[in-house]
Amino acid sequence: MKAPQRYFDFEKDISGCGVFGVIDRKRNLIPGSMPISAMCSMHDRGNGLGGGFAAYGIYPHHADKYAFHIMADDQASLDAAETILKDHFNVHAAQPIPTRKVMAIKNPPIVWRYFVTTTGKRRPRWKELSEEDYVVAVVMFINKHTGAFVFSSGKNMGAFKGVGFPEDIADFFRLDEYSAYIWTGHNRFPTNTPGWWGGAHPFTILDWSIVHNGEISSYGINMRYLCEHDYECTLMTDTEVVAYLLDLLIRKHGLTKREASWVFAPPFWDEIDRMPEEQKRAFTALRMTYGSALLNGPFAILVADSNSLMGLNDRIKLRPLVAAEAGDMTFMSSEESSIRVVCPQLDKVFAPKAGEPFIVEVEA
Amino acid sequence: MAPALIDKSFHDFFVKRDREACTNCKACIKQCSYGVHFWDEEAKRVRHDSVKCVGCRRCEAYCPEQALLIQEKPSQFRPNHLWRPVFIKNIYKQAATGGVLLAGMGSPVDIPIYFDRLLLDASQVTNPSIDPLREPMELRTYLGEKPDRLEFVRTPEGLSVKTPLAPQLPLDVPIMFAAMSFGAINFNLHEAMAMAAEETGTMYNTGEGGLHASLYKYGKNTIVQVASGRFGVHKDYLKAGAGIEIKIGQGAKPGIGGHLPGEKINEQVSETRMIPLGSDAISPAPHHDIYSIEDLHQLIYALKEASEYKVPVSVKIAAVHNVAAIASGVVRAGADIVTVDGMRGGTGAAPAMIRDNVGIPIELALAAIDQRLRDEGIRHQASIVAAGGIRCSADAVKAIALGADAVAIGTAALLAVGCTLCGRCYTGKCPWGIATNAPELAKRQNPKTAAKKLVNLIHAWSHEIQEMLGGMGLNSIESLRGNRDKLRAVGLSSMEMEILGVKHAGR
Repeated sequence: MKAPQRYFDFEKDISGCGVFGVIDRKRNLIPGSMPISAMCSMHDRGNGLGGGFAAYGIYPHHADKYAFHIMADDQASLDAAETILKDHFNVHAAQPIPTRKVMAIKNPPIVWRYFVTTTGKRRPRWKELSEEDYVVAVVMFINKHTGAFVFSSGKNMGAFKGVGFPEDIADFFRLDEYSAYIWTGHNRFPTNTPGWWGGAHPFTILDWSIVHNGEISSYGINMRYLCEHDYECTLMTDTEVVAYLLDLLIRKHGLTKREASWVFAPPFWDEIDRMPEEQKRAFTALRMTYGSALLNGPFAILVADSNSLMGLNDRIKLRPLVAAEAGDMTFMSSEESSIRVVCPQLDKVFAPKAGEPFIVEVEA
Repeated sequence: MAPALIDKSFHDFFVKRDREACTNCKACIKQCSYGVHFWDEEAKRVRHDSVKCVGCRRCEAYCPEQALLIQEKPSQFRPNHLWRPVFIKNIYKQAATGGVLLAGMGSPVDIPIYFDRLLLDASQVTNPSIDPLREPMELRTYLGEKPDRLEFVRTPEGLSVKTPLAPQLPLDVPIMFAAMSFGAINFNLHEAMAMAAEETGTMYNTGEGGLHASLYKYGKNTIVQVASGRFGVHKDYLKAGAGIEIKIGQGAKPGIGGHLPGEKINEQVSETRMIPLGSDAISPAPHHDIYSIEDLHQLIYALKEASEYKVPVSVKIAAVHNVAAIASGVVRAGADIVTVDGMRGGTGAAPAMIRDNVGIPIELALAAIDQRLRDEGIRHQASIVAAGGIRCSADAVKAIALGADAVAIGTAALLAVGCTLCGRCYTGKCPWGIATNAPELAKRQNPKTAAKKLVNLIHAWSHEIQEMLGGMGLNSIESLRGNRDKLRAVGLSSMEMEILGVKHAGR
């Protein structure tokens, strides 16, 4: 894709954060109260300018449909987005996302959700794209051409986020009424944010959701690399690049999560030089080919899709990430205290190594 | 020919000798290859003729009593903004000789130096800076075509790669020695560059004058060049290096060829270039087998065939107005590396009008090429090497942030071994023993000493690059490459910033 006009002028947000994630390997549903209290205990990791959650398994009755969560500042923008949805998809249900009035949340946007399926070959444009690419294209189209913003587009999952502390956002979206087998949560400490609801975490595309603590120093090149592969970064945040890179590497290039994390946080050259010849060749090729996708700078990210939760640190672990297990549940968090507060008895607690992903898959 | 009177009257430099300090030791006479200093038998003392002085400062550096001072001649023409002294003197020279004005080294003219208008970032608070003394800081770079994506085979032993990989030039540091031909500079310096490239894990470039038989052993660190004169090109030569470069253009003299005068063609140069002793070596302006892009395609593949697809092929172009489109064509023609040489790049000899008026600065050319290749989705098909005016490690860092994979240094390398930029390389009389093949001058460069200086320079720059990288919160050079977010402009126009792809400082 040709770089958009003045692509270099995008403002990037800088933020510190707290992250929490939990997965039940047997798909037992975990009530929303758990991630909410975990995030509450990390209140001080944010400053009230961003909080959010992603939940998997929350729409079992619409499990085969893409669940679009859309926010808009005004009805006209939402109508524009709805028109695009109707043009490009079969819309099976449209409803406001249930919310309650919360003292701490001022001027929330209008939030709606749509359950949609693709229309087979009857498409107004992008006829040649695969189904998933088509959905991504529609998401990008709405985000770019209407005042509305799609903040979730996966199946049987949803993201809920906004400007506020996570506990307030949870209250607003009534997350205590949802149960999910994977939850991730995020508390944000931005230092230069415009205070936009779309800028809160998690970031999602299709089933992927990302919560991220860190600053991606390689943003400038990651963003240009993504542009070469037709992803336009519009959200003014570096976390967006992680979401798009995952989509590119895993869904389009067919890498595994493990391999994608080697792209994000590759072994150092002196380590590669000590590998057996075949592996040395493979890792050299990986670094040569995907150097522009390396995520440099401090980060701890949690990445979820409908089957797994993955935690990953940068190559020299400049941000905290701790993991714990209790029965069928696995936790990952910025702070052990946030895990202990929701599950005092843990079988195992450990800190994943720098650059080594910790991947937990649900059992089939 | 003796200079005409009027030219003689308005010479550039002025030798000042401290008569009290001077012991008449004659060291200056020995050092000066232009005959400035001489022994006056009658007066029994050393005297000088400032008219002949080129301002190289060799005598000043070698005077044991520090009795010499070389200055620009302080007398001035009547001030005139239009008719600056250089234009007046050029007219006197040409009126006297009827010849083309020759110049050596890079252009000294006052065109904007964008490197000086770009500032680097550093991390604070929200992002820790990284200390290269305590943490790994990686500079390794591979030049060559990369696949768009990789396919792996997952074996019990670990990852194995299925995608075929193109040959690469591995660099421990993203700084190479630029192409300077054997003949233009002498054998001692070629040997020094080869040794330094080997020790620092980088590449030097033979330039267009072939490769002397005794330097084949440095092949792993050598790029062999094929230019329009095809001097010294044969099958073994093409297989001798780690890479091959087709020289289409040179930043200092885009659009024209080269001329190495017969006086510089000694026995060694003659056998290496495969031309008769003492004959002029003339490189035509275009390659006579490349009159269009499809011809370049054929030459690239002819060279790949000859080298059995074992080494990457670079194409070196000069930074000119349509350089982005040209680079795109070059990549599509099959080049694995595009070397782009900006208008401030050095030369042994170029017509002054060409050197000072043709081409564009490297920063703009580089930024335009990198963006064009990305817009066309072919950036991975070739690496970009930037050359022509890289003065320090910060320039290298800025070039990489603009999009270069590596930089090449020519002038900086010559400065490291003593060059003072007097710019008279074309006379063959270089008093520093660099741009000369006269044995008594060339021996002023000891290959080992020169190599040590080059190694020191590369090491010093590497340390500085690591410091700057760490300061930006990066620990690997690939995260800097094309990362224009790490640059901010000061005092540039919107148009300039748009071409460079950078924000203004304060944004």
